[in-house]
Amino acid sequence: MRSLILAATARFLLPILFMFSIFLLVRGHHLPGGGFVGGLVAAAAFVLYGIAHGVEEARALLRVNTISLLGVGLLLALASGLLPLAGGEAFMTGLWFQHPVPVLGKLGTPVIFDTGVYLVVLGATLTVLFNLVED
Amino acid sequence: MEILLAFLIGGLYAAGFYLVLGRSIGKLIVGLVLLGQAANLLIFTAGGLTRAHPPIVPEGALEAQPPFADPIPQALILTAIVIGFGVLAFALVLVDRTFQRVGTYDTDDMTSTDA
Amino acid sequence: MTGLFTAVFSGFLLAAVAPWVHRLAPRRSGWILASLPLALTAYFVLHIGPIAEGAAFRAGFSWIPFLGIRLSFLLDGLSLLFCLLITGIGTLVVVYSGGYLKGHPELGRFHAYLLMFMASMLGVVLSDNAIALFVFWELTSLSSFFLIGFDHERAAARAAALQALLVTGLGGLALMAGLLLMGRIYGSLELSRMMAEGSGPLQSNPLFLPILILVLAGAFTKSAQFPFHIWLPNAMEAPAPVSAYLHAATMVKAGVYLVARVNPLFAGSPFWFWMLVGAGGVTMLLGACLAMVETDLKRILAYSTVSALGTLTLLLGLDTIRATEAALAFLLVHGLYKGALFLTAGAVDHGAGSRNVAELGGLRRAMPITALAAGLAALSMAGIPPFFGFVGKETIYQAVLGSSAARGLVTSAALLANLLFVAIGLIVGIRPFIGALKETPQHPHEAPVDLWIGPLLLGAIGLAAGLVPGAVGHDFVLRAASVVMDRTTETHFSLWHGWNTAVALSLVTFAAGLTVFAARHPLSRGFARVSGALAPVGPARGYFRILDGTIGMARGVTRVFQSGYLNRYLLFVLFTTVGLAGYTLFFRARLSWPEEVLHVRFYEAGLVAVMLVAALTAIRSRARLVTVIALGVVGYGVSLLFLFFGAPDLAMTQILVETLTVILFVLIFYRLPQVIVLSRSAGMRLLDASIALACGGLMTALVLTAVRVQWRPSIASYFSEHSLSLAKGHNIVNVILVDFRGFDTLGEITVLSAAGIGVYGLLKLRSGRGEAP
Repeated sequence: MRSLILAATARFLLPILFMFSIFLLVRGHHLPGGGFVGGLVAAAAFVLYGIAHGVEEARALLRVNTISLLGVGLLLALASGLLPLAGGEAFMTGLWFQHPVPVLGKLGTPVIFDTGVYLVVLGATLTVLFNLVED
Repeated sequence: MEILLAFLIGGLYAAGFYLVLGRSIGKLIVGLVLLGQAANLLIFTAGGLTRAHPPIVPEGALEAQPPFADPIPQALILTAIVIGFGVLAFALVLVDRTFQRVGTYDTDDMTSTDA
Repeated sequence: MTGLFTAVFSGFLLAAVAPWVHRLAPRRSGWILASLPLALTAYFVLHIGPIAEGAAFRAGFSWIPFLGIRLSFLLDGLSLLFCLLITGIGTLVVVYSGGYLKGHPELGRFHAYLLMFMASMLGVVLSDNAIALFVFWELTSLSSFFLIGFDHERAAARAAALQALLVTGLGGLALMAGLLLMGRIYGSLELSRMMAEGSGPLQSNPLFLPILILVLAGAFTKSAQFPFHIWLPNAMEAPAPVSAYLHAATMVKAGVYLVARVNPLFAGSPFWFWMLVGAGGVTMLLGACLAMVETDLKRILAYSTVSALGTLTLLLGLDTIRATEAALAFLLVHGLYKGALFLTAGAVDHGAGSRNVAELGGLRRAMPITALAAGLAALSMAGIPPFFGFVGKETIYQAVLGSSAARGLVTSAALLANLLFVAIGLIVGIRPFIGALKETPQHPHEAPVDLWIGPLLLGAIGLAAGLVPGAVGHDFVLRAASVVMDRTTETHFSLWHGWNTAVALSLVTFAAGLTVFAARHPLSRGFARVSGALAPVGPARGYFRILDGTIGMARGVTRVFQSGYLNRYLLFVLFTTVGLAGYTLFFRARLSWPEEVLHVRFYEAGLVAVMLVAALTAIRSRARLVTVIALGVVGYGVSLLFLFFGAPDLAMTQILVETLTVILFVLIFYRLPQVIVLSRSAGMRLLDASIALACGGLMTALVLTAVRVQWRPSIASYFSEHSLSLAKGHNIVNVILVDFRGFDTLGEITVLSAAGIGVYGLLKLRSGRGEAP
C-alpha cells in the first residue's frame, strides 16, 4: 500500500507537524496545547512517515530508541519535581527563572515537567505503533 | 442540553455494556472504547456545561472572568484520554496474542487460565 | 509488678530463639531450654505463701485504649494452681522432649512450639481482661495445631491437627462473642471488675442464656466435653510429650479453668447446673467406656482424659464448696498421674517399639525405672491409699454425696467412672510391666534419664502429696476454691476421715475395678459392639459430614460465581451495581428533571443523533471496517462536544488520539478473522440487552442527578485565582496538569509508560522464547 503521493506528502508534513508539536508544547502553559497534545502530534507525524516510508526509515529519522525516549521523559518529569527539594522546598514546587527567555518565554520547572510528559507520550505511542507495524 | 447529553451518555454506556457482554472478543474491545468515551463525557457533563468559554486567563487579567468552563474535569479527562489510548493498545495486543495462542475469538471458549 | 509480664512473655521470647539454641547444643537443648520453665516454677512457688495468706498480684497496662482493652494479669489462688501445673509439668516435658525426639531434624521447631504453648497457657490463666484471655486462648489452640501436626508428612496427623483447630477454634469464637456480650453488660472487659459487680446484672439480663451457651461452647470444645470430645483422641497423633502436656495436664483444662473462673457470675442458675452436670456426667461415663474399647496405650489414656474432664465439669457444676474442692484436688491429681502415664507410654513406645497393650507384657525387668514411674502413677489413678489419687477420689465421693439434686444418679455415675478408672489404671500402668515378657517389635531397653526423670518425679509427687494432703490441700486447693466460690473455705484434707460412706464407696470401687480388670476382654468386646452400632449417628461422623458439607457448599458457590465465563461475571457485577445504585438513586435521591442551563442548538442535536446511530452501528455491524469507522464517528463526535463546551485542549487531544486509535484498530483487526459472527441465543441476547439498557438508564439518571448538584463557589475559582499568580500560566487546565496536580500527572505518565512497555513485552516475548506460534 505504498503510495507515491502519501510518500511525498509525508516527507513534507513530518517537519511541519514536528515543529507544530514543539509549538504546542511551548505555548501550552498559556493557550490550548501542552505536553500531551504536543506529544500526540509528534507521534502522529512519525507514524505517518512510518506508514509512508516504512518503520525502519522512521526509526532512523528519530535516531533514538522509542523506549529510551519514554524513559528519558519519565526521568525528566521526576527530576523537575525533585529539583525544588535541593532548595528546601516541597516536592514539585514550581520554580521559575526571573527573566523571560526570548521565543520560549518564561522558563521554570513546570515547563521541564511538561517536556517530560511530551517525551513520554511520544515514546509510548511510538513504541506501541512501530512495534505493531513491524510485528 | 444536559438532558440530551445525559441520554447520549446512557446510550453509549448501554452500547458499551452490551458489547462487553457479547461473545466476540473483538467487539469486547469496541465496547471498552465506547465505555471510555461515555465515562469521559459523564465527568465532563456532571461538572456543569459552559458554552465556548475555555478556562484561560485572558492577557492582561489576573484571573479568568466567569463564566468559564470548569478546568478540573478537563484536567481529569485529558489524562484519561491519553491513558485510555495506552490501555486500549495494550488490550488490543493482548487480544491479538490470545487469538494466536488459543486460536479462538470467543470469550465463551476462554474459561480457564491454561492456554 | 512487671514479674507477671516477664513470666508470660519470656516464654514467647525463648520460643523465638529456641531453634537456634537447639542448633548450638543439639544434644542438650532439652535440658537448656527447661531452665526457663524451671525458673518460672520457682517464681510461682515463691508466691504460694503470700497467696495462701489471701494476697493477689496484679499487673496491667492499656493495650488498645479506644476499645477499652487492657493487657492485665491477675495472680490469685486459682491462677497459681494452674501456673504451677503449667510450669512444673512444662519443665519435665521440655526435658523429656529433648530425649524423646533426640536426633529429630525438626526438634528445634518442636521446642519453639512447646514454649509458645507454655507462654500462651500462662497467659490464659493469668489474664484478667476478657479479650487478652481470648487472644491467649486462641494462641493455645494454634500451638496445639502445630504440635499435633508436628509430623506433618502423615495425612492422619494433618487431619487430626485440623480437626482440633476447627473444633477448639470455633469454640473460641463463640467464647469471644460471649465475653464481649458480658463486657457490654458490665461496661468493662476486666473479669475482676465483673466479679466485683456480682452475678446480678448478668443473670437478670435477657441475653443471659445465649451468653451462657456461648461461654460454655468455648469451654466444652476446649475441654473435650461430649459431643466435642472427638478431637482429643485423634490429637494422639502428636508426639508423647505433647499428649502428656497439652492433652492431659494443661490445655484441655483451660475449659475447666474458664468455668471455674466465671463460676461466681453464672452460679445459681439452673441452666448452669444442668449444662455442666449433664455434659460432664455424660462425658465422664462415655470417656471411661470408650477407653475400655481401645488397645493403643495413648488412645486409652486419651479417652480416660476425656472422662476425667467430664468429672471436673460435673463437679464444678454441683457448685458446692466440697465439690469445688474436689474438682481442684482432682485437677491436680489427674495432671500428675496422667502426665506421668503419657510420658511412660512414650518411653515404652521408645523402648519396646509398640503401644498396643495386647503386645506388651513383662517389661519390668528391661525397663525397671519406667515401670516404677508407671506403677506409681497407675496406683494414684486407681485411687489406692496412700496415694494422692485416693484423697482425690474420697473428696469426689463426698462431693457427689452432698449434691443438691439427682444425688443417686450423680453418685452412681461417679462410682461407675471410678471403678473403670481402676481397671484402666491397671491396664496402662501395671499390666505392660508384669507377667511373662512378650515379643515386641524392638528388643526392650530402659529409656535414658531424660525420659524417666519426668514421670518418676510426677509419680513421686503423687505419692508425697497423698502422704501430706493437708499441705497441698490448704495452700493450693482451698485458696483456689475460695476464688471459684467467691468466699473463703476451711475444709481440711486428710488421708483418713474415719469410716464413712465415701470410704465404703472406695472399697466397692476397688473391688469392682479389679473385677472389671479381670473381665476386661469380654467387656471391651461388648462396649465395642455398642459403640460400633452407634457410630453412624455419633459426633465423629457428624464432624466429617459438616466438613464435607461446607466444602461442597463452597464448591457450589465457586462453580456459580467463578464459572470462567466473562459474560457471567459481568452479569453478576452489573446486576448488583444496577440493583444497589439504582435502589439508592430512585428511592433515596428523588429524581427530577434538571433545569436546562443551556438550550439545545440544532447542530448539537444532530451530532448527538449521529453519535447514537454510530454506536448502534458498532453493535450491529459484522464488517471490521464499518465497526472501526463507527467507533471513529463516536470519538470525533465527542471531541466536537468538547470543542463546543469550552474545552479546546480536550478536543485537540481527543482528535489526535482518535486518529491514532483508528490506525491501531486497523493494524490489529486485520490480523483477526474476516467475519465476526458470534451470537448467543435470542433469550441470552435479550438478557444482555436488558442489563445493558438498565445500566445505561442508571447512568442517565446519575448524570441528571449530578448536574442538579452544583457547588458554588466551586474549587474552580481557586485555580482561576492562583493560576497566573502562583503558577505563572494562563491556561488553567495545563497549570493543573503540570503544577497544581503535577504529582497525579507523574503517576499517569508512569501508567502510560507501563502500557507502552507492556505492549512491547507482549509483542517481543513470543519471538524471543520460540513458544507455540
